[in-house]
Amino acid sequence: MAATEVNAMPPVIPAGRDLRLDLFRGLALWLIFLDHIPSNMVSWITIRNYGFSDATEIFVFISGYTAAFVYGREMRDRGVVVASARILKRAWQVYVAHIFLFVIYMAEISYVAASFDNPLYGEEMGIFNFLKQPDVTLIQALLLKFKPANMDVLPLYIVLLTGFPPMLWLLLRRPMLALGASVLLYALTWQLDWNLAAYPNGTWVFNPLAWQLLFVFGAWCGLGGAAQLAPFAGSRLVLGLAAAYLAFAFAIALTWYIPHIAVYVPRWLAEWMYPIDKTNLDVLRFAHFLALAALTVRFVRRDWTGLASPLLRPAILCGQHSLEIFCLGVFLAFAAHFAMVEISDGLSMQILVSVLGIVAMVATAALITWYKKVEERTHGPRKAPPNADLAGGEA
Amino acid sequence: MRALIASLLVAMLAGTACAADEAACFVAGHLVQADFALPRVAAAIAAKHLKIVVLGSASSALPGQEGVAKAYPARLEDSLARRLPGVDVKVVTHTKARDKAVEMGKTLELVVAEDKPDLVIWQTGTVDAMLGVDPDDFRSALDEGVDTLQAGKADTVFMNMQYSPRTDSMIALGSYLDAMRFVALQREVLLFDRLAVMKNWNEMGVFDLYTATKKTDTAEKVHDCIGRLLGRLIVDGAKLAQTGDTGSGSPGGTLNKDLH
Repeated sequence: MAATEVNAMPPVIPAGRDLRLDLFRGLALWLIFLDHIPSNMVSWITIRNYGFSDATEIFVFISGYTAAFVYGREMRDRGVVVASARILKRAWQVYVAHIFLFVIYMAEISYVAASFDNPLYGEEMGIFNFLKQPDVTLIQALLLKFKPANMDVLPLYIVLLTGFPPMLWLLLRRPMLALGASVLLYALTWQLDWNLAAYPNGTWVFNPLAWQLLFVFGAWCGLGGAAQLAPFAGSRLVLGLAAAYLAFAFAIALTWYIPHIAVYVPRWLAEWMYPIDKTNLDVLRFAHFLALAALTVRFVRRDWTGLASPLLRPAILCGQHSLEIFCLGVFLAFAAHFAMVEISDGLSMQILVSVLGIVAMVATAALITWYKKVEERTHGPRKAPPNADLAGGEA
Repeated sequence: MRALIASLLVAMLAGTACAADEAACFVAGHLVQADFALPRVAAAIAAKHLKIVVLGSASSALPGQEGVAKAYPARLEDSLARRLPGVDVKVVTHTKARDKAVEMGKTLELVVAEDKPDLVIWQTGTVDAMLGVDPDDFRSALDEGVDTLQAGKADTVFMNMQYSPRTDSMIALGSYLDAMRFVALQREVLLFDRLAVMKNWNEMGVFDLYTATKKTDTAEKVHDCIGRLLGRLIVDGAKLAQTGDTGSGSPGGTLNKDLH
C-alpha cells in the first residue's frame, strides 16, 4: 500500500470532463429545491423518502470531487500559495452568496411578521423575536452562527473550502494519509461530541467536522482514488451488498410513512439504528450514499451515450453552475412557499411552483453558459487559470 | 372531492354556533390512534376519578377573556365528561409561554408531586425548534420527563407542534418531530400528532389555517377539535389497557408490552 502511495505522486488526474458529475449535481440541486418547499407533495419523489441519505450527500461529495480536480491541478501547476488563494477566493464568493440569500430571507420574514396575525399562532410568531434585536442577529449571521431554516448548506461549504488548502496539499502527497486523517477527525468528532456553536442555541445543523469526511472522500476520489476503487466497487460482491443495503434502507424508510408497519422493525434494530443523525453524517447515511454511488457508477458509465442526450442536458447545465443555481434554488423555494401562502396551496399549485422553479433554474443555467461563451468570444479564452469546465463544472 | 367535502362541512358548520362539528374534527381521526395502552387512566376511570394535567407552551392556550374555556384542555375535559358519564374528570393546565422541554421536565417533577395526575399530556417542541436547541438535548429531556412520569405513576401522552403554514419554512421542525416520535415509540408513550392532524384539516378544507385574522372563531374550533380527538384517544388508550388486563386486578405498567 505504501509503495502505491509514493508512486501516486504526482497523482493521476483523469483527463477530460466527466459529465456524470454535472448530471448528478444538477439533479441534487433540483431535489434540494423541492425538499426546501414546505408541504410540497412533489417532494415525495426525492431520494430522502426512500432511504437514509439525501441530496445533500450527493452535493457535498461532488463538490469535494470537483474542488480537488480543479484546485489539485492548480496546486501542481502553479504552487500551493496560488491554489490556496484561489480556494479561499471561492470560499469568499460562497460567503457573499450566503449573505445575499440571508438578506432575501430577512425581507420575507419581516414581511410575514408585519402582515400575519392569527390568534392560533401566537407561539409560532416567536420566530420573529430576533427582528427586535437586529444588531445581535445581523452580527451573528455574519459570523455564520445564526442560520435560518434551510440555509445551512452554504455555511458548511464555506467551512469545508476554508479548511481545504492544507488537506489538498496532503492529498496530493499522501492521499491515503489524508483520507485517514479525515476518518480520524470524523471518529473523534463522534467520540468527543465536537461541533461548532450556533446562535441563539445549540450547534450547527450540518457539522463541518463530520461532513468533511464526505468532502475529503470526494476529493480523494477526484485525485485518482476513484480509479483505484473501481475494481473493488465494481465487483459482484460489493454491488450485491450495496443493493441489499439500499433495499434494507428502503424498507426502513417505508416504516416512517406507514406507522402501522413500524411494529415489524425489531426492537433491538430500532434501538441500535435510531436516531439516524443527519447533523453528524451518521454512518448509516454515509454507507447509504456509498451504496448509491457504487450502483450509479456501475450502471451509468462515463462514456454512456445518454449523457449527450438533450433530455439530460437541463440537469447537466444546472450542475455546471452549482453555486449560482444552488442560491437560486434557495430563493425559489422561499418564493414558491410565498406563492403557496398568498395564492393557493392546492396540489396543482404545488406542482406548478415545483415545475416553474426547475424551469427557472435551467433557464438561468443556460443563460450563464451563454454569457460565458460570449465573454470568451470577446476576450478570448483566459489563458492561465485552470479550465474549471474541465472539472465537470465549477468547484 | 375536496370541494364536496368542504361544502358539506360548511353546511354542517353553519348549524353550530361556536363548537366545531364532531364529524369535521374526525376527518383527521385516522391520524390519532391508540398504539399503546393507558393503564393508569383505565384504573382511574374504574375508580371514577380521573385527573389529567396538560403541561404545555403558548400553543396550549388561547388569548382573550374566554381563552381558557375555549382552549383544548378545557375542551378535552368537556369531551371526556361526555364520554365517561359518572366519572369525575378534572383537567389542570400548566402552560408557560417560553419553556423548553428541559425546563418543562423540572415542572413535571412538581406536577407529579403536587397534582398527582393519572395522565400528563405533554405538549412541547415548538420552543425548542425556534431556539434551535440541540436535538440530542431535546431528546434526552423527553426521555427524562418520561422517567419522572413513570416514577410518579402517571401515564403520558406527547403532543407535538402545530401545523403553521405561514411559518413552515422558517421553523425547522424535522429533527424535533423525529425526536418525539422516536422517544414515544421507544418508551411506549402515546403521541398525539397535532402537526399531522392540523395539516390534514388544512388539506381537506376543514379549516383554513393560512388566513391572517384577528378573530378567534377558527382558533376556537381548532382547539375544540383537538380536545375531542384527544378525548377519544385517551378513552381508546384506557380501553386497550382493559382488554389487555389479565384480570390480576392491578393495572400495572407492563400490560402495554403484551399488546404491542
